[in-house]
Amino acid sequence: MRDSRGYTVFRVVNAVLILAICFVTLYPFLNVVAVAFSSQGYINAGQVSVIPLGFNVTTFGIVMGDPMFWRNYGNTILYTTVATAISMVLTTIFAYALSKKRLKGRAFFVGIAVFTMFFAGGIIPNYVLINSLGWRNTIWAIVIPNAISIFNLLVMKAFFENFPEELEEAAAIDGLTTYGILWRIVLPLSKAVIATMVLFYAVTFWNSWFSAVLYMSKPELYPVTVYLRNLLLSSAQPQDSAEGLQIAANVKAVTMLLTVLPIVCLYPFLQKYFVSGVMLGSVKA
Amino acid sequence: MSTTTNVAIVDAATPAGGAGRAETGSAASGPSKPKRPPRPAKLTWRTALKRDWRLYSLLVLPLVFLLVFRYLPMAGNIIAFRRYRPGGNIFGDEWVGFHYFEMFINDPTFWRVFTNTIILGALCLVLIFPLPIILALMLNELRSAKFKRIAQSISYLPHFMSVVIVAGMVLQLVSTRGTVNQIVDALGGTPIDFIQKPEWFRPIFVSSEVWQTVGWGTILYLAALTTIDPQLYEAARIDGAGRWKQTWHVTLPGIAPTIVVLLILNIGTFLSVSFEKVLLLYNPLNLSSADIIATYLYRVGIGSGSFSYATAVGLFEALIGLFLVLSANLISRRVTGASLW
Repeated sequence: MRDSRGYTVFRVVNAVLILAICFVTLYPFLNVVAVAFSSQGYINAGQVSVIPLGFNVTTFGIVMGDPMFWRNYGNTILYTTVATAISMVLTTIFAYALSKKRLKGRAFFVGIAVFTMFFAGGIIPNYVLINSLGWRNTIWAIVIPNAISIFNLLVMKAFFENFPEELEEAAAIDGLTTYGILWRIVLPLSKAVIATMVLFYAVTFWNSWFSAVLYMSKPELYPVTVYLRNLLLSSAQPQDSAEGLQIAANVKAVTMLLTVLPIVCLYPFLQKYFVSGVMLGSVKA
Repeated sequence: MSTTTNVAIVDAATPAGGAGRAETGSAASGPSKPKRPPRPAKLTWRTALKRDWRLYSLLVLPLVFLLVFRYLPMAGNIIAFRRYRPGGNIFGDEWVGFHYFEMFINDPTFWRVFTNTIILGALCLVLIFPLPIILALMLNELRSAKFKRIAQSISYLPHFMSVVIVAGMVLQLVSTRGTVNQIVDALGGTPIDFIQKPEWFRPIFVSSEVWQTVGWGTILYLAALTTIDPQLYEAARIDGAGRWKQTWHVTLPGIAPTIVVLLILNIGTFLSVSFEKVLLLYNPLNLSSADIIATYLYRVGIGSGSFSYATAVGLFEALIGLFLVLSANLISRRVTGASLW
């Protein structure tokens, strides 16, 4: 069918608008990169937008020369790895059990999980709980309390429900137990959804900062997000010297850049998984 | 917020109750609960456990997790009614009734943060809710699949950023030497220190939320769009509907259940304004418009150690949220027939 004139105009305008939206979305990233590589004079004069002016990389040396930065970066890697592993185990076994229609009491178990999405204990009771468990300044305060995301659980459960039942029945006849079926049949065939969940959990834990602020009182235990947050807050105070002000803007940009780097690098590879993964969970209706 | 919203769609077309949400995958097998032809004898817990003990063993750890880290803190809300002493019982030491509730009802600061929360939440709801729908429709009109994919990838990206990074970017953009002031300067204005001005906090906050959430919000609408039967468009075309009419009469009704479900969820969570972002962006100078319930209870609770008082405030907020989501769901079920459960 040929397009009317009005529709052609609309399509062009639409494409231009979407290009503009893409630019606006990318702008803050480009700006951070530009500031990170710019020399202090240009930043201070308010001239840096998306192109680095007065190319300079000395700030990278300043940030990377701080042992605490590396220490906290290492903490982030450790917390993210451990937390993602724990989360994946708990979410997978929970989702798999809940996906079986023959499970008596299934509606009840799903119900008590879903209810926690609408009503939560609140920050103070959680704080009191973690403190009385004696988990202050331990990795457990960060990796355990948020181990199961109900959203991820429901996506995985929906995925397992779509699984052909005949396959599992055949495996059962061949003598596999529930554990064997899960480990040897279901999991190897669930790579897409597992990759999606790993990505979701890993990104969440990489980005998290607030639990660390609540439960970690020693700087050497902070994740890098808290390092960055302290940097942002400290230099939000007016500095005495113009020099201090300049370095602050630069250092902040470099630290931001190094903090998001893993996510931005992984993003293109992993995003094809999460789109199909979320679709699996959501298109079912 | 979007993580909660995503779930809804799984059940959008299942009008049944809590049990119904589990049955989504089994359209072919029909209603599974009332009829169980092969075995007329009722399945007792004893036989169920005996037959499926391995399956139940998988439930143990997750249920312990929920019990300890979700339900125990819920029970811990009891310290809103009891006086808590640091180092004492985690459920408090003695009953004080509604003492702490009366305290915040009579606290002018509480009412200021309450108002701020409602204004900020309402602004986000009203301004941000329609945008993903519009963007999804725009993306849907793109002819080039490649361009569409790239545009989507770019628009999702901010969703994966830590709120600390977002706050850092916001502070950089609105700083006196940042991009916003470069534009102000180019237009002949005088630079403003935006983050220090209470009247600028809301625009800054809402636009950063738009930037971070809109692209990701389209994912569900785009998923819903793919489920619309192409024959409907065919039929509309034969009836003489142009592009606009097709959008109005086929596309929008097609995604209406998704819109309703997401609206319910957004209404339910509209008081839980992104607390972490406010915590990072507020400062003593913009406090009068930036301070919200959550930051207030963080300050008085964790900061000053008034645990019972802060718990009372938090419980009040959580109950309003629960009430909102329940009523939105009920109204929607009455009016549109679509609901979460």
